[in-house]
Amino acid sequence: MDILAGKVKMTQQSVNTAMNPTDMLDRQIRLTARDVTVHYGAKQALHGISIDIPDRAVTSFIGPSGCGKSTFLRCINRMNDTIEGAKVGGTIKLDGEDIYDADLDVVELRARIGMVFQKPNPFPKSIYDNVAYGPKIHGLARSKTDLDEIVVSSLRKAGLFEEVKDRLNEPGTGLSGGQQQRLCIARAIAVSPEVILMDEPCSALDPIATAIIEELIDELRENYTIVIVTHSMQQAARVSQRTAFFHLGNLIEEGVTEDIFTNPVNKQTQDYIMGRIG
Amino acid sequence: MNALVVAALLLVLLTLSYQIGWSRSRKLAQGGTETRLHSRPIYHGVLVALFATLPAIVVLGLWALFSDSVAHNFILSQLPASVSQLPPVEVHAAVGRVQAIANGFGVIGQPSPEETAAAGSFASFQRLSFLAVIAAAAALGAGGLFWARRRIGLRLRARTEVEIAIRIALIACSTVAILTTIGIVLSLLADAIRFFTFISPIDFFFGTTWNPRFQSAGTGSAGAYGLLPLLWGTVMISIIAMVVAVPIGLMSAIYLSQYAHERVRNVVKPIIEILAGIPTIVYGFFALVTVGPFFAAAGDAVGLDINATSALTAGVVMGIMIIPFISSLSDDIIAQVPRAMRDGSMGLGATKSETIRKVLLPAALPGVVGAVLLAVSRAIGETMIVVLAAGNSPVLRANPAEPTSTVTVSIVNQLTGDADFTSPQSLVAFALGLTLFVMTLLLNVMALYIVRKFREQYE
Repeated sequence: MDILAGKVKMTQQSVNTAMNPTDMLDRQIRLTARDVTVHYGAKQALHGISIDIPDRAVTSFIGPSGCGKSTFLRCINRMNDTIEGAKVGGTIKLDGEDIYDADLDVVELRARIGMVFQKPNPFPKSIYDNVAYGPKIHGLARSKTDLDEIVVSSLRKAGLFEEVKDRLNEPGTGLSGGQQQRLCIARAIAVSPEVILMDEPCSALDPIATAIIEELIDELRENYTIVIVTHSMQQAARVSQRTAFFHLGNLIEEGVTEDIFTNPVNKQTQDYIMGRIG
Repeated sequence: MNALVVAALLLVLLTLSYQIGWSRSRKLAQGGTETRLHSRPIYHGVLVALFATLPAIVVLGLWALFSDSVAHNFILSQLPASVSQLPPVEVHAAVGRVQAIANGFGVIGQPSPEETAAAGSFASFQRLSFLAVIAAAAALGAGGLFWARRRIGLRLRARTEVEIAIRIALIACSTVAILTTIGIVLSLLADAIRFFTFISPIDFFFGTTWNPRFQSAGTGSAGAYGLLPLLWGTVMISIIAMVVAVPIGLMSAIYLSQYAHERVRNVVKPIIEILAGIPTIVYGFFALVTVGPFFAAAGDAVGLDINATSALTAGVVMGIMIIPFISSLSDDIIAQVPRAMRDGSMGLGATKSETIRKVLLPAALPGVVGAVLLAVSRAIGETMIVVLAAGNSPVLRANPAEPTSTVTVSIVNQLTGDADFTSPQSLVAFALGLTLFVMTLLLNVMALYIVRKFREQYE
């Protein structure tokens, strides 16, 4: 019975995708994950996640706390490598290239896949140095004027430049929470990544700052592949084109955001969206 | 024996009064449905116990403080008047003899009749006064007990009063530490000022010759008390120690906190901390027997003239001693830098060492500086290693391969042997101690200030 239901789900899901040909066809797939598992020591945190993430669109991961959505996000730029005892299985490919390949340079990968964290975490340096940090490490600027240009344009893209242009030498920690988070986004943009991962970027912010960041995400979508983990279903509905629902380490359902919210296939997704789990 | 009896009695009083307060308040509470105690019975018990025992303890404490001088004066009054005309030392001896006889201890020679008589009356005085004090304490205890018991009522705020008592006790304890510090400073200050009546402060603080013994022995003059050679020796050895300890300590802290596997850390960290547990005199042996000769031989091999006991030997060994101090403090401080900071840097594609150099260390820097300053103040105050390994040669010279001396070593030298606390030769130790105290105090204040500033950033 259960197996049957699963089959039904699968076929319906493919129908779902097929029903939105425009959505999938004009957007190339950037990231493909197949059977990704994560173990923290003896505990399994992710059970075989498979998902395709399209280019120049916002994909949101939703689900109750501890469902594995952040864990999966951290697999995409191999941040789980920094956690002792974490073991990742399966494959994740960026433009067809396996990111867990032994030959792949993690440092280069993380320059291509930037990350914005849950809590704004500017370095205890000046606003300028915060943004210039990545370009300096990767040698992206040939001269001081190059660097200035990168910093200014990154701050512009993050919608922060006008607010801080007179105090670029003041510490980044002195900004407000929302400004700090935009500084972190500018810092991520400065290394010209292709993909930006955002781990609940608004959970520490007030509604107004959240609205500004959401607007920013919408603008950034034109140039970057964005994956955002969020607690808030409203946020997922507002900013993302595709949504994936995680529960207890499993990817339950994935598809066009509108469909997930208006017409979920899976009972668990329905329950979560109606507010019955989580 | 007496003290034991008194303590046992106090304990009985304590238990009894607690029990009385507790059960009395319980009984009140059970009176009717509307009666409700303000404080739980336990607080009433404690409050009664406090009122019963504290006055008794105060009486006993006063007696312990003054009984000696009272006994002294009593015995003196019993002895012939001629005794009190004697010099203080002999008066003390005479009184001591009487006390010994009264308590049944043996004395040298046959006690004289006056002494026997005095001893007899002293013995009965002792008995009487002991009983009187016990009676007074018991009376006060009982009075306190009954008064406190009568106070017990539904609305008595016993909890509040007990809290006040606890606060007073805590304040008293912390005051002891502060008063001790003040006392040490005052005694240092008093003797240092006496020293400055012999030698002018300018000669002391700016003199370049340290030679207190020879001149006084030979010519009877006070000698030369220039602080600078000692201060320079102290500073030089501390600098050498820091040059050894800071890089090694800091890097092992970075390795342990950032690179080492959990299992490695659990083994290595305690081993490094064992270094801190080695007595400094043992480091002194190590310097004298192993490190010093090694440096001398190594110097010979490359054609350098290095003394076995020198600033270099003492500084290097002191540096080794300080390594665990710096590494465990820095380890804590680096661990305090939020994980988000590390993730942010790694997420931008920085390598581990880039993250450490560009984000972790700058963020931890104020704290690390604080740790280093604390370590410096330890190096300045360190004595045993320097006594053994620095060569005790208080001459102003820049070469670290030559013997030198420090402020602490000179204090040891001036106070060992026959110390006559009226001569500048001994009193200079207090001036040196005061200098040392002020130096380490300033360093500690600075270090604490820096560390606190660092904490504010993240909490």
